[in-house]
Amino acid sequence: MIKSEWFFWLVGAVFILMAAQMLTDRTNTKRTGTAVFWGLLGVCFFYSTWVNEKTAPAEPLGIAVLALICIGGFNLTGKGKPNTTTESQRVQLAARFRGKLFIPALTIPVVAMLCAVVIGKWEIGGTPLLEKGSETILGLGLGAIVALCVGMWVLRERDVRVPLHAGRGLLESMGWALLLPQLLAVLGAIFEAAGVGTQVRKITESILPDGQKLAAVALYCAGMFVFTVIMGNAFAAFPVMTAAVGWPVLIEQMNGNPAAILAIGMLAGFCGTLCTPMAANFNLVPAALLELKDQYGPIKAQAPTAVAMLGCNILIVYFFAF
Amino acid sequence: MIVLLGVLVVILGFATRRNPLLVVGVAGIVTGLLGKLSPVEILRTFGESFASSRSVTIFAITLPVIGLLERNGLQQQARTLIGKLGTKLTTGRFLTLYLLLRQLTAAVGLQTIAGPAQSVRPMIAPMAEAAMERRNGDRPLPQKVREKVRSHAAGTDTVGLFFGEDCFLAIGSILLITGLVNSSYNTHLEPLHLALWAIPSAVCAFFIHGGRLLRMDRKLERELVTANAEMTVAHEDSRQEGEAK
Repeated sequence: MIKSEWFFWLVGAVFILMAAQMLTDRTNTKRTGTAVFWGLLGVCFFYSTWVNEKTAPAEPLGIAVLALICIGGFNLTGKGKPNTTTESQRVQLAARFRGKLFIPALTIPVVAMLCAVVIGKWEIGGTPLLEKGSETILGLGLGAIVALCVGMWVLRERDVRVPLHAGRGLLESMGWALLLPQLLAVLGAIFEAAGVGTQVRKITESILPDGQKLAAVALYCAGMFVFTVIMGNAFAAFPVMTAAVGWPVLIEQMNGNPAAILAIGMLAGFCGTLCTPMAANFNLVPAALLELKDQYGPIKAQAPTAVAMLGCNILIVYFFAF
Repeated sequence: MIVLLGVLVVILGFATRRNPLLVVGVAGIVTGLLGKLSPVEILRTFGESFASSRSVTIFAITLPVIGLLERNGLQQQARTLIGKLGTKLTTGRFLTLYLLLRQLTAAVGLQTIAGPAQSVRPMIAPMAEAAMERRNGDRPLPQKVREKVRSHAAGTDTVGLFFGEDCFLAIGSILLITGLVNSSYNTHLEPLHLALWAIPSAVCAFFIHGGRLLRMDRKLERELVTANAEMTVAHEDSRQEGEAK
């Protein structure tokens, strides 16, 4: 049986290998901090296995997570100058490889879907080939490995350090932002452990009339929208609104379909992202890139769609999730 | 009630644009302490929830192959491909087509092949403007109209991304939902089911935003007429002023 933990080890190993490359990168003035950040993250990916199995204490991992937060938060990470091709070289390479370039990129979703739908049902001697409940995650991992092999074959690339180096360039340019979604999930768990959800639940129960499904759905979606506008990030709004309304009221009390409610609730948050200058990377950066006089131009272009979509999402949840 | 101050920390932190990592760290510690968790328990919660939410970060495994493809001209090839579609289209139709392509590619996990820097600035905005200029008798566009066309080019890209990417099962937001629910609520959700439930909204988004883009064609053409008329008047005014000097 292929276990999901093996795949987490592979991800951890990739982080550690990239960290080793970073440490020797003289073009990066913050190379020590960068290497420590990604190396430590890689080690955490391994150590977590035993925390999940309850065979190792979780507290050291908590300390390591706080260390990651400090290294990233106080800007101790940086990026080097990747050794890569120039724009004109890329145009030539694109003219040479043409459509072949899309084959490896499309391999990832195809393999991921295959694993989730077909291979996930295969069994060898009674045990499933892929660990139960992790088919999609393993599919992504297998898809990435197959795609890398296909890519190296299609592009006649023999040196495995080249994709590792190219991937490290992307990793460095995303920086600590790559870790933010996971830390927001961590924050959600702490909110839940500290009883934030219970408190917000009490408030919502006192303002929500009993059994009013449409009001509850609207409150959840509109809450996602408003929280996202304030925080500029649907990921940050999601744990709060889900703990307050989504989980206790819509799913537990009204027996809603969790997948539908949570997926569409997140999309209601995305409607908020379309309307807020707080989401600088999506709204203000494009305005700057396009040299617009009105930096709110993209928001004005998006807002009517966002409001209409908020309404759609509320109706979809109301009609199809119960 | 007092634990709600933790939410306030998050709001204030993001509102004052502090580093998001620090906001999350401080909010976690503050909320834990207010919720009467001991420091050791807070550390343990940090550790345990990190361990059970690793699946959120695993998309990093695709970076080597994407990096390899990019250094061999993936973006440039995408540009050529879209460029072939660009002739004989109005701005609205062209952007609607781009919306569809952006949604479809994002839905199969190719979120990074397009974007404000990768596609909108180099290709989409210039092509949308060029389509409008054809309507304007190949003359350059008035400032106001140009701004609107560019804003819509950026807006279409973002709408297409947002209402396409969640149909892909390995995107951060889907993995965040499963990570959070599986670690906080002791249940099990499959990313595939969440991704399937994003499809109805994606279809609605295509029709709503696409419809607006097609209507925009007519609206902008009317604006072109009035702006051109104003420009002629302004032009004559300035000529008269020039004569008066």
